Amino acid sequence: MPERTATIASRSGLHARPAALFAEAAGEQPVEVTIAMQGEPADDALDAASILSLMTLGAAKGDVVVLRAEGDGADAALDALVKLLETDLDAE
Amino acid sequence: MQNFQGVGVSPGRIIGSVRQMPKPVSEPPSGERLASDLSPEEAVAGLKAAAQSVHDELKGRADSASGDGKAVLEATALMAKDTMLLKSAAKLINAGSSAERAIWEAGASVSEMLHNLGGYMAERATDVLDVRARIVAELRGVPAPGIPASDTPFILVAEDLAPADTATLNPAVVLALVTSGGGPQSHTAIIARSLGLPAVVAAHGVDSVADDSEVYVDGAAGFVAVSPSEEQRAAATAWAETSATLAEFDGNGTTADGHLVPLLANVGGAKDAVAAAALGAQGVGLFRTEFCFLERDTEPSVDEQAAAYKAVFDAFPGKKVVLRTLDAGADKPLPFLTDASEPNPALGVRGYRTDFTTPGVLERQLEAIARAASESEADVWVMAPMISTAAEAGRFASLCAAAGIQTPGVMVEVPSAALTAATVLREVGFASLGTNDLTQYAMAADRQLGPLAELNTPWQPAVLRLVQLTVEGATQEGSGREGDPKPVGVCGEAAADPALAVVLTGLGVTTLSMTARSLAAVGTVLKTVALEQAQELAQLALSAPSALEARDWVRAKLPVLEELGL
Repeated sequence: MPERTATIASRSGLHARPAALFAEAAGEQPVEVTIAMQGEPADDALDAASILSLMTLGAAKGDVVVLRAEGDGADAALDALVKLLETDLDAE
Repeated sequence: MQNFQGVGVSPGRIIGSVRQMPKPVSEPPSGERLASDLSPEEAVAGLKAAAQSVHDELKGRADSASGDGKAVLEATALMAKDTMLLKSAAKLINAGSSAERAIWEAGASVSEMLHNLGGYMAERATDVLDVRARIVAELRGVPAPGIPASDTPFILVAEDLAPADTATLNPAVVLALVTSGGGPQSHTAIIARSLGLPAVVAAHGVDSVADDSEVYVDGAAGFVAVSPSEEQRAAATAWAETSATLAEFDGNGTTADGHLVPLLANVGGAKDAVAAAALGAQGVGLFRTEFCFLERDTEPSVDEQAAAYKAVFDAFPGKKVVLRTLDAGADKPLPFLTDASEPNPALGVRGYRTDFTTPGVLERQLEAIARAASESEADVWVMAPMISTAAEAGRFASLCAAAGIQTPGVMVEVPSAALTAATVLREVGFASLGTNDLTQYAMAADRQLGPLAELNTPWQPAVLRLVQLTVEGATQEGSGREGDPKPVGVCGEAAADPALAVVLTGLGVTTLSMTARSLAAVGTVLKTVALEQAQELAQLALSAPSALEARDWVRAKLPVLEELGL
């Protein structure tokens, strides 16, 4: 299954506005994307399009997360989402 | 014609059409089953459709909002169609639950999860509950809870408003506030005064007025009339004219005979401070420092605090700024400082008392204040909230001295501090009466409870007597040494009521601090009264057998109030 790691760049972590922007973007992808903290089993991964899941994940700035997806367009989707996570969305 | 009498909490005479705030959504009964003619698939599809329309409605509001409000609405909109929430609800529906009950329970467990994470997440827990209520309302086909969205101006009628409603209350379309519950110290009253909206609280029965009815509201008299008379129309027109002249304060608080009573502003941050300075405030009588700490799960650094305080001080160069140290607890919990499980938070570890359980936070705050004060031109005074004894006052003064703060003081809001004002003031440089809490504690009546509204007014002769005792304590303390008595100010909502402001002046209070919007009205009325008359009115109020009579007797002697519609 294609996967990518990304380091959270937003100052407030994956909370508030960055979480909303990311969840919205994940929901627009043609494939289902999951998110987990690095080192956690893939079975425990959460739905990346769920803002509530992202909030309970509690990822802070500098934390590394793993994104996973399967199917047509999975790689492109993951690349786009990694880029988003590695941008400081609080600064925009 | 139908009339309602309540308690006037923010002046203004206005006519407009009513919009009732929908009742809070009731909990679907525990164990409520799926209707027999509905398959689980149909129920799940119905839930998703309801969730989608709640999402669309919130998203639409987010698009027309700006700033922080927009971000919160966008996040809340996403929660409405959140897969985690909807999947756990679908699971319950498949097990036979009704859609309403399923989303209710799913929302409760997600909200609890967020609440347990603390800090920012805990703040969002209420958003999940709001979304849940909206979805249930949509499923039931009843209006969404909260302040109605409208493009045309209206008079909002509600049972009571919560602090959270302030965020969605648009002063451009809400003309006035009327509530059937709440009291003079309720959030509705505080919101109305800070926005300058006419407001009447505790107007029993007003919930029955139909939407779109035309009503007349008199926020000073506490009166609401359906189908206004010609006379009332004329009064509303006259108010529109006088309110323009009452919008500006000349920056000189004084009685008719030149007894100076500086009128100061209550502020919560730099934005308020700049606005207050523009409205003519002669300084700040209450700078609430909680803003720096709220929505935080850890304590802000000394640097961060110092910068925030300096921004307020800089709005008043050369003028007095009275800062209140952190007042957390009771209705203002902070995860790193207060214990949310206290059985009786108003009587618990709050205000200065948090230093008993979490030492260090106060000392670091004082360090930040001293630094900000040394870098600004404001005359900075610092007071501790919820001081009960002279020993506490003395300890606070020594903490201030250690930090290099020149003028330490105390809030007088616990009756024990008023009763022992002479010994308390021996330890510090000044006192400031917080009449909201002083009233709540003197009358043993929770500020937020509508049924106790009559008890919960600073017009209570017992509360006025405590004010008088505090001033007498200051005089007694001053007579024991060289020099003038130490200043005793008022920084509660009482100071914003022009009639009470006259009474407080007569009782010997030296400064009055209020929401900046009330400065002009209080200043205008104070200028019409000589000090001796104010003293007579103070005696009159003290001698009254009830709060109602105290207010009526004093108002009857101040015809200027009726003339101005205050």
